[in-house]
Amino acid sequence: MVGLLDSVTALLPMQGELAGIVLLSLFVSGAAMAVSMLIGVPAGIFLGLHRFPGRSFLVTLVNTGMGLPPVVVGLGVFLLLARSGPLGGLDLLYTPAAMVLAQVVIATPLVVGITLAAIQGLDERLHLQILSLGASRGQLYLRLVKEARLSLVAALAAGFGSIISEVGAVMMVGGNIKGQTRVMTTAIVLQTRQGEFGNAVALGTILLGLALAINWLFTWVQQRQRA
Amino acid sequence: MSLLRLDDVAVVREGKTLLSLPRFEVEEGEILAVLGPTGAGKSTLLRILHFLERPAAGTLSWRGERVPWPAPLPLRRKISMAFQDPLLLSGTTTENVAYGLEVRGENGRGSRERVEAALRLFHVDHLAARSTRNLSGGEAQRTALARAFVLSPDLLLLDEPFAALDAPIRKHLLQELKQAVRAHGITCVYVTHEQGEAFSIADRIAVLRRGELLQAGPPEDVLRRPHSRAVARFMQTGNILPGVVSRRTEAISEVTVGPRLLFSRAGFPEGTPVHTCVRREEVLVEAPGEASPAPGLNRFPGTVEAVVDLGSTMQVRIDAGFPGLPLQSLVTRRVAHDLSLRPGGEVFATFSAASVHLIRREGSEIDDDLGNHDNL
Repeated sequence: MVGLLDSVTALLPMQGELAGIVLLSLFVSGAAMAVSMLIGVPAGIFLGLHRFPGRSFLVTLVNTGMGLPPVVVGLGVFLLLARSGPLGGLDLLYTPAAMVLAQVVIATPLVVGITLAAIQGLDERLHLQILSLGASRGQLYLRLVKEARLSLVAALAAGFGSIISEVGAVMMVGGNIKGQTRVMTTAIVLQTRQGEFGNAVALGTILLGLALAINWLFTWVQQRQRA
Repeated sequence: MSLLRLDDVAVVREGKTLLSLPRFEVEEGEILAVLGPTGAGKSTLLRILHFLERPAAGTLSWRGERVPWPAPLPLRRKISMAFQDPLLLSGTTTENVAYGLEVRGENGRGSRERVEAALRLFHVDHLAARSTRNLSGGEAQRTALARAFVLSPDLLLLDEPFAALDAPIRKHLLQELKQAVRAHGITCVYVTHEQGEAFSIADRIAVLRRGELLQAGPPEDVLRRPHSRAVARFMQTGNILPGVVSRRTEAISEVTVGPRLLFSRAGFPEGTPVHTCVRREEVLVEAPGEASPAPGLNRFPGTVEAVVDLGSTMQVRIDAGFPGLPLQSLVTRRVAHDLSLRPGGEVFATFSAASVHLIRREGSEIDDDLGNHDNL
């Protein structure tokens, strides 16, 4: 305990930088999560409701995507954004935007997969019932989101948890540049490599604390909906 | 002009034809009961009638105008539907009943009053603020009906809405529903596999089997004048005996069934192979020598084979000399008691010529089971 306190005290001189690191971590993962939900929830509902040729393949793809190694995602996004890559002209490599993109690729299959399971968990006639009450396609989707909201909060928590704690992808496409693309996980790696174990442990503790706080928030929202 | 008409509609799923309807009509203002066993295609038919599923072939016409696919939302909103399960949304009873109006952008005072009226109509007004998770089965079903009803649809589709409820509640709700539908002049298609429900609510009955419409018409016709053996069996006629019209007079046809001769009022040319249908409740059981034979009256001596207690009535199986085809009769408990009916007892089975309905027997006719319940 004393050691941990010492570590936190050791971080005090770098508290300005620390705030930036924490904020950037939250921004990158928050933005990635928002984009993933925007893409993943409608996609999950669509896959859950419709039967069409190639659907099984898509579902398999989503399931595989749920376990994608972040470092492989990082490599893919790196090659995409590298100067000689297809999107090299955008000059996004080593920017927070590249990190958001990589995390979107990691989180979206998780969101799609959990949404798909949530929709399939509802009575399959519910969507017919909603349509039969006069809902448009958009109103149907919104209502299904409401009906499956407990599971969708779980999707949010799972997605956010997976990206705020990953290091491989953000390291590759962000480059861990001080003041620009350094987030908590990459900072922990750096501090450890430099032998600053106290700082690394303190950053790890903050990361864990954040993950705990955010999950507590999600759980609170979920249980409140349930009550 | 019919409200909704289907022409040459076919629904095919995974290579299997689920529905094949050369023509199917819902008349404006009627209550049409669609009757059929499980797997007859009743629910598929409702999805087609609601434009929720695209048929593989055929056309749908709404008040004479062809319906495109996908059906326009304003047209789809002229129809509402309640399923066998209430399928309530999360939230309160009021929120559920108001949902259909809400998606139509109707949130004003008028719509609130409509919701309240629907809640009162289906006796769930005292549950208005209750979460739907805390409703009983009957309350949930009433809420689902109120939710479909509040939209004042031109066409109300009901898919066995009371199937999960106990018989007394079901009867009560059915009568309430009928009154409400009549009072508001709503056209209604009521799908059920329960004959009693169909007869107590319908102006017309359509019998569906394996995706095909076997017969549609007034309840009396479907019950007493089935067009096919399959319908006769499904309507629990009880006695369907194969025979041949052996003689025809102006008023009476004589039908030879095995060694017996039956009289019927139905007219078919001599030599026509027929199914002779006699409803089991029209076969009277009498003590031997009790009544004198009358002209045109079918009266056969027989031996009781079995008596089955059905609760309010008793079903009696009598060997009356029709080879392999005992006569079925439905009698009151009082009659069974007075005649001391028991296996081995001697009785007379009697029925009038007017009770004998004839169906032309086709050579290729297949003896198919349509959910027959008439065997002992």
